[in-house]
Amino acid sequence: MSRLPFYLIVVVLIVTGIGMSLHRHVQFEVPWTPGEQRQVWEIEAQVNFVADGGPAKVEMALPATQQGFRLQTEHTASPGYGLSFIEEDGVRRALWSIRDARGSQQLYYNARMQVTAQAQPQPMPPPTADSDALWERPYDTAASQVIDRAWSRSADEFTFARELIRDFSEQRQGENARLLLTQFDRVPLLVRLLNQAGVAARAVNGLELEHGRRRQTLTPWIQVYDGDDHALFNPASGEQGRPQNLLLWERAGQSVLEVQGGTNSRITFSMLSRNQPAEAAVRDRVSEASDTFLNFSIHSLPLEEQALFQTILLIPIGALVVVLLRVLIGIKTSGTFMPVLIALAFIQTTLATGLIGFLLVVAVGLVIRNYLSYLNLLLVARVTAVIITVIAIISLFSVLAYRMGLNAGLTITFFPMIILSWTIERMSILWEEEGPKEVLIQGGGSLLTAVLAYLAMNNPWIRHITFNFLGVQLILMALILMLGNYTGYRLLELRRFQPVTED
Amino acid sequence: MPWTTPGKLRAKGIIGMNRRNIHYIGRYNDRRLYPLVDDKLQTKLLAQRHDITSPALIGTVATQFSVKHIREMLSGHSGFVIKPAKGSGGKGILVIEGRDGDAYIKPSGMRLSIDDVERHVSNILSGLYSLGGSPDVALIESLIDFDESFSAYTHEGVPDIRVIVFKGYPVMAMMRLSTAASDGKANLHQGAVGVGIDIASGQAIRGVQFDRARHDHPDTGHELASLHIAEWRTLLELAASCYEMTSLGYLGTDMVLDRQHGPMLLELNARPGLAIQMANGEGLRNRLDLIEQQPEDVAPAQRVDFAQHHFARRSELHSDQSALA
Repeated sequence: MSRLPFYLIVVVLIVTGIGMSLHRHVQFEVPWTPGEQRQVWEIEAQVNFVADGGPAKVEMALPATQQGFRLQTEHTASPGYGLSFIEEDGVRRALWSIRDARGSQQLYYNARMQVTAQAQPQPMPPPTADSDALWERPYDTAASQVIDRAWSRSADEFTFARELIRDFSEQRQGENARLLLTQFDRVPLLVRLLNQAGVAARAVNGLELEHGRRRQTLTPWIQVYDGDDHALFNPASGEQGRPQNLLLWERAGQSVLEVQGGTNSRITFSMLSRNQPAEAAVRDRVSEASDTFLNFSIHSLPLEEQALFQTILLIPIGALVVVLLRVLIGIKTSGTFMPVLIALAFIQTTLATGLIGFLLVVAVGLVIRNYLSYLNLLLVARVTAVIITVIAIISLFSVLAYRMGLNAGLTITFFPMIILSWTIERMSILWEEEGPKEVLIQGGGSLLTAVLAYLAMNNPWIRHITFNFLGVQLILMALILMLGNYTGYRLLELRRFQPVTED
Repeated sequence: MPWTTPGKLRAKGIIGMNRRNIHYIGRYNDRRLYPLVDDKLQTKLLAQRHDITSPALIGTVATQFSVKHIREMLSGHSGFVIKPAKGSGGKGILVIEGRDGDAYIKPSGMRLSIDDVERHVSNILSGLYSLGGSPDVALIESLIDFDESFSAYTHEGVPDIRVIVFKGYPVMAMMRLSTAASDGKANLHQGAVGVGIDIASGQAIRGVQFDRARHDHPDTGHELASLHIAEWRTLLELAASCYEMTSLGYLGTDMVLDRQHGPMLLELNARPGLAIQMANGEGLRNRLDLIEQQPEDVAPAQRVDFAQHHFARRSELHSDQSALA
């Protein structure tokens, strides 16, 4: 009999399980630990303008998921305005419109950006470097001289951009630069010069994020392309690289705000940083992409079913504890998986209340069952009588506990009553046949197993892992298959068989 | 409590529960054959067909209705045994040794009325003692008239002999002596004395109670060294032929010695326990490994020859006692 298929199944299960878990971790950023926090920025953009008293149209650039940030949610507040989001070449813009507006107008846009290292932005097509822009005299010579100077001191696109920008910075401003700056704005000028030299570049607008700041404005940056690579340059200093806290609000080289039918338009930003449990972030994200097959996730279910599944997915953990204790330790329990059901009840009742409740119910049940055995009843009828007794005991304890002000006592109703009845029946027979010692061994074994299963199932990390990573179920399956193949000694057998090794 | 190491157990050839379940029961016992041994009625009918002696069947009770007729069934039998057909571990076995007027007397001297007996049968039928609580049938068998030579070794109950039969070879044997601690039952974990029996001679090797070595019976005080089973060879052949009867590869056969009928098959067990290793002071592993290398299709007599030749042991009881003295 070849064991190859068995090991093959185990390996396939483990590999698939780990693969699925990794995929969820990487793709959906589900954290491995439950308490993990994610930084989230709440950014509010406020558009102000004075309406001319007629139809008005406001078009605003919208931020998108980009390197370092992911757009979680967005909403707007603009009473009386029609709103649409338009998307063109992967660039989203908001368009507000109104038929009749007069006086000062305020429009609000609110975005929640999550800080993340794994955001996958939509790639922005690089701008074209059209070098055929026409310069008027004497700016044409100034421009070409500035370009030549920077060109000679650079090796590639990025170094060229840096040298060029530096030539326009305060300390090194030459005559040509000063001349050009009198006629042109700095950023459009730099972009134009870069394009003139055949370097693809565009002006973008970024927001420096700082906790609690209000009335902030966007700062212009220059994005320079080198083939597919691109880098961000500070137009004032020529410094290369994107600061950590810079969110690019407008990435396409277009205007940030366009207002028709109004004047004095202005956009300001206020922002707040806060920490959010990673799970909440996952929930948003998963429900967002719920149509893909790989997103086979419990999170796509309604909340009520999710709560149900959280418990269902824990049952294999409890069962694993039972298998471990029976196969590796050799603990005797009354009813194989009865401890798992008791442990599930403990989750509802908390451990101390559950233990007290369980012992009370079983002890009183045993006494009553002892009397029932004198009545000489048929088995099914007797067990049914025990079920009714258990229900009576539970009701009585609940009422008593409630009267005494112990609300925890009410959770006793979570105990599986039919299972308890069978436990009482089995223990009672055990008592008659094998004596109280065996009842203590098996009852104690069941309770110990239930407590250990409870501790495992109630562990926040295990709850998090089983609920968020369905692949773990496959790994559990593989583990149990392997345990089912274990032919070694049980721990308690080392004691049982000890006398044989003595002589 | 003392503990040992897996290495030492392995050196002794001790088999654990997990290995027994996977390597022997799982591999050699076909699940579909279990009813043959789990249902004592089937075992008994099968044994009759294969000319294997077993205690005579007085009758069976299959319905609650016929419980009322049990008195008529029992008339003319002073001693009898009532057992559930699907019971396990000796549960639900009621032994009546004799009668006193209307009363039925248990070996302990306890007196039962016909109502008590009827209630016991009724409990059996409702499945109280059967695996999984399924409805059951009660068997009524004639009492075994066990061999006088054992009376000094037992308290109340019938001493039975458990032989592990692997692929038809008797590999290890022990006798189970009931004690006051075991309440007349022959279950080792309840306090019965287990005595390892040499496969070659039928002579006692070693005795244990509660897993500790013993040289005498705790109640009668009779020393165990002189325990010898008569008609040993017949008993082994009877046990060995249970393989042909059931086709179960790893089998526990429970035998008794009857004064008139000699060795008899009491019942079979497809999941025999491991305590026999304790009684013999030796693991099963080496013997089972040896049998696994033997060819199939060997006649029972040859298998017994092989086992008697290879598994001979010297009694530890004599040497131990001289050491003690």
